[in-house]
Amino acid sequence: MSADRLIYMANQIGKFFQSQGHDKAVAGIAEHIRKFWDPRMRKGIFAHLDAGGAGLDPNVREAIETLKKA
Amino acid sequence: MSLIEETDFGTPRSKSETMVTLTIDGQSVTVPEGTSIMRAAMEAGTKIPKLCATDMVDAFGSCRLCLIEIEGRAGTPASCTTPAMDGLVVHTQTERLKKLRKGVMELYISDHPLDCLTCAANGDCELQDMAGAVGLRDVRYGYQGENHVFAEAKGEANAAWMPKDESNPYFTYDPSKCIVCSRCVRACEEVQGTFALTISGRGFDSRVSPSMSESFLGSECVSCGACVQACPTATLTEKSVIEIGQPEHSVVTTCAYCGVGCAFKAEMRGEEVVRMVPYKDGKANRGHSCVKGRFAWGYTTHKERILKPMIRETIAEPWREVSWGEAFGFAAGKLKSIQAKYGRDAIGGITSSRCTNEETYLVQKLVRAGFGNNNVDTCARVCHSPTGYGLATTFGTSAGTQDFDSVEHTDVAMIIGANPASAHPVFASRLKKRLRQGAKLIVIDPRRTEMVDAPHVKALHLPLLPGTNVAVLTAIAHVIVTEGLANEAFVRERCDWSEFEDWAAFVSQPKNSPEATAIMTGVDPKDLREAARLYATGGNGAIYYGLGVTEHSQGSTTVIAIANLAMATGNIGRPGVGVNPLRGQNNVQGSCDMGSFPHELPGYRHISGDAVRESFEALWQVKLNPEPGLRIPNMFDAAIDGSFKGLYVQGEDILQSDPNTSHVVAALSAMECVIVHDLFLNETANYAHVFLPGSTFLEKDGTFTNAERRIQRVRKVMSPRNGLADWEVTIGLGKAMGFDMNYAHPSEIMDEIAALTPTFAGVSFAKLDELGSVQWPCNDKAPEGTPVMHIAGFVRGKGKFVVTEYVATDERTAPRFPLLLTTGRILSQYNVGAQTRRTENVVWHDEDRLEIHPHDAEQRGVRDGDWVRLKSRAGETTLRAEITDRVAPGVVYTTFHHPDTQANVITTEYSDWATNCPEYKVTAVQVSPSNGPSDWQKAYDAQARQSRRIAHVEAAE
Ligand code: SF4
Ligand code: SF4
Ligand code: SF4
Ligand code: FES
Repeated sequence: MSADRLIYMANQIGKFFQSQGHDKAVAGIAEHIRKFWDPRMRKGIFAHLDAGGAGLDPNVREAIETLKKA
Repeated sequence: MSLIEETDFGTPRSKSETMVTLTIDGQSVTVPEGTSIMRAAMEAGTKIPKLCATDMVDAFGSCRLCLIEIEGRAGTPASCTTPAMDGLVVHTQTERLKKLRKGVMELYISDHPLDCLTCAANGDCELQDMAGAVGLRDVRYGYQGENHVFAEAKGEANAAWMPKDESNPYFTYDPSKCIVCSRCVRACEEVQGTFALTISGRGFDSRVSPSMSESFLGSECVSCGACVQACPTATLTEKSVIEIGQPEHSVVTTCAYCGVGCAFKAEMRGEEVVRMVPYKDGKANRGHSCVKGRFAWGYTTHKERILKPMIRETIAEPWREVSWGEAFGFAAGKLKSIQAKYGRDAIGGITSSRCTNEETYLVQKLVRAGFGNNNVDTCARVCHSPTGYGLATTFGTSAGTQDFDSVEHTDVAMIIGANPASAHPVFASRLKKRLRQGAKLIVIDPRRTEMVDAPHVKALHLPLLPGTNVAVLTAIAHVIVTEGLANEAFVRERCDWSEFEDWAAFVSQPKNSPEATAIMTGVDPKDLREAARLYATGGNGAIYYGLGVTEHSQGSTTVIAIANLAMATGNIGRPGVGVNPLRGQNNVQGSCDMGSFPHELPGYRHISGDAVRESFEALWQVKLNPEPGLRIPNMFDAAIDGSFKGLYVQGEDILQSDPNTSHVVAALSAMECVIVHDLFLNETANYAHVFLPGSTFLEKDGTFTNAERRIQRVRKVMSPRNGLADWEVTIGLGKAMGFDMNYAHPSEIMDEIAALTPTFAGVSFAKLDELGSVQWPCNDKAPEGTPVMHIAGFVRGKGKFVVTEYVATDERTAPRFPLLLTTGRILSQYNVGAQTRRTENVVWHDEDRLEIHPHDAEQRGVRDGDWVRLKSRAGETTLRAEITDRVAPGVVYTTFHHPDTQANVITTEYSDWATNCPEYKVTAVQVSPSNGPSDWQKAYDAQARQSRRIAHVEAAE
């Protein structure tokens, strides 16, 4: 799936959690993506992360990193 | 089977808890205080003759037929207007009364046509019944005097005579048969709340007339049918009854249009529907209806309905009619070869919010267990998925908290992003009734809706700019918290206190005040403060909301903001309050409950939960995939990417209803097998390879779940014209793929649902037949269901406050697209209009119009009725303009009922952050004069014509 679209969606999730502070936000974003994204979408965003992860907001990037490690 | 006769008690039920006892014809009767003597008698089984009284409206006391005598009182009072009191001794039949009644009837009959034998109401006429009941044998005055009956009298035109009004497509008004009982007028006022009818003139000259002596069609009448039901004579009669005759049996079923879920009696002759009459025992509608459910069911027999399965290799070919077996084999072969070539996850299904719970359940079962993935989604994705997310997060369950009866206890109703008068008309009528009794109304909507303009209703309207819901609701919270109006006792007891404190600190920030947010929202801070105070302190506050809340990039956030408000003010957990999503389609609630979302099994349980998954695996005898599947917009993206190739769509026109039509066209075109299972060749079918004909709600058994979580029976009244009910079709497709599902009747499917879903554990067809309906949760703890939720505690334990930061949508106005388009519905059409466009309802709405403010119109040189071009970043279309100040300057509005308009060519792919629910409600657009359909519309039309061809081959016999 197009990386731009995935980045956009991930950042949009990030914005909701932003006001909850760093720790809660990172956990919240990671959980949201794990619960609602189908595997090919997660694979797509991991691939984008491996390719440098350009365009991902900091909390979102961190959330995807934790998710990828899990 | 026989005709269900509902008792008419003559006057409405009294809600008093104090009881009084009186004697009627020697029998002792105990009734609530405030009950009329007429009703008390009826409860004891005594039918006092009556004409102007009926229990759907308040008594009026004009016909003088219901007279009684009371011991110790002089005169003969009307029993319909005389309240029962302790110790009264009443006689309903005495020599004096008999004489008086005969006299009354004699007068009526002397001014009434005597064509009973050929009258449409023959056998269903109260005037006829009363003539019989009082023993009328002759009419001394003759029929030749002054009358309303004959067009001519003594060779001259009779000025008192009026011709029939047949302008309404569904019922006629024949003034010559009118007895001026005013039941229709009262029904229109009290039940419907439209005030379309009046009695003009006095005495002999008095006549019923729609507004200023207009035709019914030309008046404000919304064709709800309440007056027709109320009319005791043939004056107001359904055209279908005139045409067919009186019904001989009836079956109770549920409307298949909107989420109100009105119960109807389908009145039949054999397998032909004579009329649909709202059922008084229906707990959602209490005997009322709207034009759609009452009258717009003719699509069932419409000539365009497809009754035979059809297939084709490519969409360039015409359709080929085949047997069910061949269609199933063809579809299954394609799906299996796609999976073999592109992987198990390359196919999926879409369940329908129009089909029954049982059918929806089967489609998700087929996908999860038969296809072996979780790529199942439903049209709720594009309407109420944020409700699911938002309410589950805050309260712990994805559903409205109340029943509709709750509105009778509401003191302040706040409607956000919904127009119930158009989209949930029967609920609107019930709300308006409460408002006329003094409850207050707040409307938060970009447009001055029919609710704001309703007669005898005063609303506090906050006309916000589309896309700023969160800012407005957070500002309301700001006022409530900073002015000390929060209900701290409730919050301490019921919610997580530290989360509340975080939230309170957040909303109290000066940047969230009404004054600070006004420049974004366009809402007058003074009005906003007034609304906040009213909601927080005005007594029972109830929030009702619709798609104007959910269909935004911050849809889920808005739902959370609503839940926060209800918790902060303690407006949850008792009658009269609550958070109430008004669901669009008849079974949106049900389709969500039944596990239609890719990440959750029936009962809103995440697919990754091992214990839950194992319970399904044990019963279904397959291993289930623990990973969430694709949502509808993700399916489209994946299709364009080449990883998603096959789709089974039941009862949903995704091409017309989903945003950014050209994107959807690209996605569908990229698929190798699209299976459309529907009544008509809808727009999606233009891109389909298999067409499986569907059945209507009249042709199958099952259940629907309405917006109040009420599970109601849908009952088959005729055999499916296409041969199979929808659930049988899904079973057939599964079987052809090698996945057997064995059920002899939908009740067995419900038994399986109940066995696997704790909130449905107590539901069965037997229980529904017994109780009429139940609201889930229905289980050992609540064997008769749950009208009001979260009474003692929230489903999740403590209520959760979540901070709702306003994030402006990325869809913004710019010099090229300076206006904001928002979308909505109108009363007579339903959703994409596939059904209603195929009924007489088109007389009220034969095209979509663009509402534009006079100021914006003038700037662009657009006059009322002109063709205009509507253009966004996604595409353009043309339609005609309607100039109105219902919309604010800078905002334009249209409906999306007609495929020629294709409003979704314009809408973009922006969507809710949490659920991908599309942002239909905000699109930046430009409007300019135009002289006809756009190139896109022409090309689309040509493709549609091409694609709809059916090759009729001679049967090879
Ligand atoms: S159909 Fe409904 S709106 Fe129309 S006049 Fe009758 S009661 Fe009023
Ligand atoms: S139209 Fe029917 S309900 Fe209305 S006043 Fe005449 S008889 Fe009564
Ligand atoms: S469309 Fe809705 S309000 Fe109208 S009759 Fe059907 S369920 Fe009732
Ligand atoms: S029924 Fe009581 S006065 Fe008409």
